[in-house]
Amino acid sequence: MNRLNVNGKVLNHNAEPDTPLLWVLREQLGLTGTKYGCGVAQCGSCTVHVDGAPVRSCALPVSAVRETQKITTIEGLSPDGKHPLQQAWVALDVPQCGYCQSGMIMAAAALLKDKPRPTDADIDAAITNICRCGTYNRVRAAIKQAAGGSKTAGLDIIHIQRSRS
Amino acid sequence: MNGLQTSDEITVTRRDFLAGAAAGSLVLGVHLPALAQGAAAAGAAVLPPEINAWVVVQPDERVIVRVVRSEMGQGTLTGLAQLVAEELECDWSRVSTMYPTPGESLERKRVWGSFSTGGSQGIRQSQDYVRKGGAAARMMLVQAAADEWKVPAAECRVDKGVITHAGSRKRATYGQMARAAARLNPPAEVPLKDPKTWKLAGQRLARLDTVEKTNGSQVYGTDLKLPGLLNAAIRDCPVFGGKVRGVDSAATLKMPGVKKVVRVGESAVAVVADTWWRAKKGVDALNIDWDLGPHAGVQQADINATLKAGLSAEQAAVGNSVGDVRAALAGAARRIEAEYAYPYQNHATMEVMNATAKITMSATGTPQRCEVWTPTQNGEGALAAAAEAAGLPPAQCEVYKLHLGGGFGRRGAVHDWVRQAVAIAKELPGTPVKLVWSREEDMTHGRYHPITRARLTAGLDAQGDITGLHLRISGQSILAGIFPQNVRDGRDPVVFQGLNAGGGEAMIGYTFPALLVDHAMRNPHVPPGFWRGVNMNQNAVYLECFIDEIAHATGQDPLALRRKLMARHPKHLAVLEAAATRAGWGQPAPDVGGQKVFRGLAQMHGFGSYVAACAEVSVSAAGELKIHRIVAATDCGHAVNPQQIEAQVEGSFVYGLSAALYGECTVKDGRIEQRNFDTYPVMRMDTMPKVETVIVASGGFWGGVGEPTIAVAAPAVLNAIFAATGRRIRELPLGNQSLKRA
Repeated sequence: MNRLNVNGKVLNHNAEPDTPLLWVLREQLGLTGTKYGCGVAQCGSCTVHVDGAPVRSCALPVSAVRETQKITTIEGLSPDGKHPLQQAWVALDVPQCGYCQSGMIMAAAALLKDKPRPTDADIDAAITNICRCGTYNRVRAAIKQAAGGSKTAGLDIIHIQRSRS
Repeated sequence: MNGLQTSDEITVTRRDFLAGAAAGSLVLGVHLPALAQGAAAAGAAVLPPEINAWVVVQPDERVIVRVVRSEMGQGTLTGLAQLVAEELECDWSRVSTMYPTPGESLERKRVWGSFSTGGSQGIRQSQDYVRKGGAAARMMLVQAAADEWKVPAAECRVDKGVITHAGSRKRATYGQMARAAARLNPPAEVPLKDPKTWKLAGQRLARLDTVEKTNGSQVYGTDLKLPGLLNAAIRDCPVFGGKVRGVDSAATLKMPGVKKVVRVGESAVAVVADTWWRAKKGVDALNIDWDLGPHAGVQQADINATLKAGLSAEQAAVGNSVGDVRAALAGAARRIEAEYAYPYQNHATMEVMNATAKITMSATGTPQRCEVWTPTQNGEGALAAAAEAAGLPPAQCEVYKLHLGGGFGRRGAVHDWVRQAVAIAKELPGTPVKLVWSREEDMTHGRYHPITRARLTAGLDAQGDITGLHLRISGQSILAGIFPQNVRDGRDPVVFQGLNAGGGEAMIGYTFPALLVDHAMRNPHVPPGFWRGVNMNQNAVYLECFIDEIAHATGQDPLALRRKLMARHPKHLAVLEAAATRAGWGQPAPDVGGQKVFRGLAQMHGFGSYVAACAEVSVSAAGELKIHRIVAATDCGHAVNPQQIEAQVEGSFVYGLSAALYGECTVKDGRIEQRNFDTYPVMRMDTMPKVETVIVASGGFWGGVGEPTIAVAAPAVLNAIFAATGRRIRELPLGNQSLKRA
């Protein structure tokens, strides 16, 4: 058995050493929020954090990750799904199909840790993930909102609190 | 995506078990368990009786709206729920949605109508009967209360799911009345609200499906978990039309986790393993002997030459004809001619093709039931494909839909991946098997945007006014590849999308003294498909860039020329004026970063909506293009959720400009050369322009939103590039062309 430290827990897996981290997370550890998009580190759907740095897990052999390194996936970004970026994403209705969005949020979270007030150029440089639906402008607006910018980004989306009952 | 059928659905119809009631008729009294959307794997959830096919009200006041059109990012799930809730007068905070299954629909004589989610039809083709579903349910709930209170229903009022009667001071909730309402007969007459009085529809409401997409909990087809699930990877013959001659799987069968190697049809081999990664490695280790078939020698240059020859062919199917173009051109004082080309493109959905299939055997050891879990734009089409692949009647099959990780037309008309998954599952009866394509498999086995070329010839009189226009299209027909029965005498009517004289779906916005639009069909072996925007995409490049060429050649302002030609097309002109005005056409655009900014225009009509765009670009001396700002206007008649329309319009520029800037699949030795995003680049954040959307909801009709704007993205930018550089780009993608100043 091999071990990984994922979202604060040490977990066992039996994947071959050349298995990309992505497939260990998805198939051995059941964390399917991290997506397969290309397998060649092009699209960023598989972005997770390793010791806080954004990593494209589809092209990283699991053998290259030590048990002491802390892996964070979208499921572990915040305990309650209320990371400022997740809140901004909801406020601005960023996702369309949503498939790339885990990777987008993880890439953005790493950016904000590095640069709490990113410029447009910082965002362009850090967020190289592919979205085919075309959410880029709302992604940009949501990153800025999470960084303390405008609360509506001019979108004026009406949020009606979902009733629990 | 044009037309309601899919090739798979036609198979169902042929089997003749679909004879059913008109879509939207209300069926009462029968309760069938439905699968909660997003929880397909969890099994059937038992619900209280429905009010009608569209509405279930639970005792705790939760309202479940049934939606059969698929959610693939375009927001239809929320939009349709808004329309039902508007008429139902329920409490929006308690609304959730559910996908009925295609199997349930067939059992109920297609009570929910078409499942097809393409052609930008999700809302416009079902708005009438879903609104009636909501209105009828409201009427029945009110009637149930009125009956109990022994007062006239007309004296009762409804607000957010609460029924009141002023005279008797009675009050009841929908949850309290649901059971009684479900027993009533549906009303014969179901009047609908005037859209001007809408309270929920037409509002900028947040989507119902956002939170799950921000925390990793949204279950896509690739994420599905089922007890005992095995995973499959596949390799199909790299050349379309080729076959597997033989396969040596000795090395694969020794690999960890590998369970089985399966031949799939004549052309593919799959490996089934405990995990997908092990299955994929198993596929890589196969030694397959391919019979590459009759097309293995086809090169891109051959295809281009075939299409070029079509530009001068005698035989061509006519799409639109006014007056005598040949006479007009022969007698013209001046002629302008240009040739354009539009390449093959892959849909490149972020989620690759995938399906999970399970075959259950009878006690006597024969297949008895086939179940499929898949992201599809047409649940009924997926069901028909599954039934045919399983060799079972559709009544013994079922499809559970999952939200799509992108559709764009790839997941609607042809369910090739479903057929493969079922074929694999047949070899492992009793075991659910999830087939997931690799990105390389997805890129090389698509249903591609058709390849076409065009030659445009305009005749001008001595004053420079157009006397006649001939637009000859040569190239591939989608219908010939997918619905050949709809091609008559070599004429594919969908080829002329956006260039039609009338019909309300995709009409040309200009009047010329003489016009001929015709098509020489040339079908290479690469399979075509409906690709978001479909044939409007290339037709807009051909028409809108050529109009721009005529404007510049005759010294006219491109907007002024269009105004002259569009006098009899006021709705087309209104959106063009809206885009031009907002952009500031006629005033110089401010410089950006020391670069001069130039504008280009384009307009089209398609999928029932009028669209226009003004692009602002700069091109550096070295030829570097920057698209700064797009202003887009759209008239879709009624606007159900403006903030989602804006999202679709914005996304249309990503899809359309990705195609214009980079999108090209080329053929070498019969196969598609591009294999992943490194060789098939798409637009990313750093090239995304600002997009300003002007919604001109003129009312009185229902137009589509997801696709039409894509068509104007490329020509608006190409026309702006000409304004900036004097270079006329006539072959896409742009990335192949130099933009250095001419």
